[in-house]
Amino acid sequence: MKARTSLSEAASPVMTATGLRRSYGERTVLDVGEIALHRGEILALMGPSGSGKTTLLRLLATLERPSAGEVRFKDATWAASPPAVGPSPGDLLSWRRGLAFVSQNPVLFTGSVRDNVVLGLELRGRAGPGAEAAVTRVLDDLGLGALALTSCRSLSAGEAQRVAVARAFVIRPEVLLLDEPTANLDPANVGIIERALVAAAGGSDWRPAILLVTHNLFQARRIAGRTGLLVAGRLVEAGPTRDVFGRPADPRTKAFVEGEMVF
Amino acid sequence: MFGVSSWSELGGIILLSLAVSGTAVLLAAAAAVPLGTALGLSRFRGRAVVLRVLYTLMGLPPTVAGLLVYIAISKQGPFGSLNLLFTPAAMIIAQWVLVTPIITGLVAVAVEERDRRYRETAVALGATPRQTRLLVVREARPAVFSAIVAGLGRATAEVGAVMLVGGNIRGETRVMTTAILLETRRGNFGDALVLGAVLLVIGFAINSYVHRLQVGKEGGR
Repeated sequence: MKARTSLSEAASPVMTATGLRRSYGERTVLDVGEIALHRGEILALMGPSGSGKTTLLRLLATLERPSAGEVRFKDATWAASPPAVGPSPGDLLSWRRGLAFVSQNPVLFTGSVRDNVVLGLELRGRAGPGAEAAVTRVLDDLGLGALALTSCRSLSAGEAQRVAVARAFVIRPEVLLLDEPTANLDPANVGIIERALVAAAGGSDWRPAILLVTHNLFQARRIAGRTGLLVAGRLVEAGPTRDVFGRPADPRTKAFVEGEMVF
Repeated sequence: MFGVSSWSELGGIILLSLAVSGTAVLLAAAAAVPLGTALGLSRFRGRAVVLRVLYTLMGLPPTVAGLLVYIAISKQGPFGSLNLLFTPAAMIIAQWVLVTPIITGLVAVAVEERDRRYRETAVALGATPRQTRLLVVREARPAVFSAIVAGLGRATAEVGAVMLVGGNIRGETRVMTTAILLETRRGNFGDALVLGAVLLVIGFAINSYVHRLQVGKEGGR
């Protein structure tokens, strides 16, 4: 059954995590085997609250260091320190600039919707007139066109969440890490974000690897090619979404997809 | 009424108050804003102690600030030769001592709070350490304005420091608060009340102006 609990695939992945573990003192919150992210693929990660989903994203985004194991991305390695000392500040910056992380409660900066969406480009020195069209397109894709000049202080939760997704999209990163980007949103907002994700992954030019943390079983079924289930920090099931839902190998997966509580 | 003698004398008192406190606060801000920002952004050993000392100084009684400056600039003091005692310059120095810790502390707290809230988002968006600091400081700007205004409020309202080092000399170092003190002692409550009302109106005007500035900032960028 090893294949069923490995989230790697044959084609060369964009980002890989191996033997990744994160502990706080005595408590281990995450201990996963291998996870690989591939271009153009949406990988859904499900699991109950506190199962380590957010921690995994934070490790991949280099916002936290692993306690053991490593993540590889862009010829750099993110591992426990010590023994690892790197990556160098330059490698770390290029790592962070190669991905986008949308947190569960996105933080928007003072200014308009457009100011926020263009921020990632500004930081990379890619703003300028040449980027105008791209920014406008992303705003339109996420239904924010009419709100471009609105102050972010006056946005609803759904609008703010879409601004955070747009801010990530406009960078066109190789890897998109999304932490419940549609939690607490109404169906219309969910639909907008899901369509944008599918279009990005399946598009012809950009095709990012998308890791989508979600509580929503239906969402995973609708848009994810592969799905993994994290329970108490461990990846108990992983594979093509159809198999995970249709023929779950682990009893906890079965309980989860049937809507029972899993602790 | 106005036994202070004349309305023009009243005008002089108001102008001197504003000039002394305004200058003191501008000079305090020049030191306190960079210092508070650095404190808010940095993490070093002993930082907690530095902050505790700073918070203590924020509550420095005006008379103590006045006393320290008095000792420093009195004839026998280290700066006695400058002949600053009982001049507006002495009052500016005393209020500077009083206000600098207040603005520094408020700026440090504001920047640290923004740092907690925005740093990670900036880093994840691909900001360099320098860009991250700039973004955090930019978010703290309205709070920095508020800190400076709080300093101005404190400076215009205090009486102990300017009384000690200024001496409340008519036509030279008499400001609104010291004039209120004098008129009340003389039993001229009406005059004291007029001065008190002027102080309140000035405070209200300053706060209204800053409020408008901040609302404007929140709208666009």
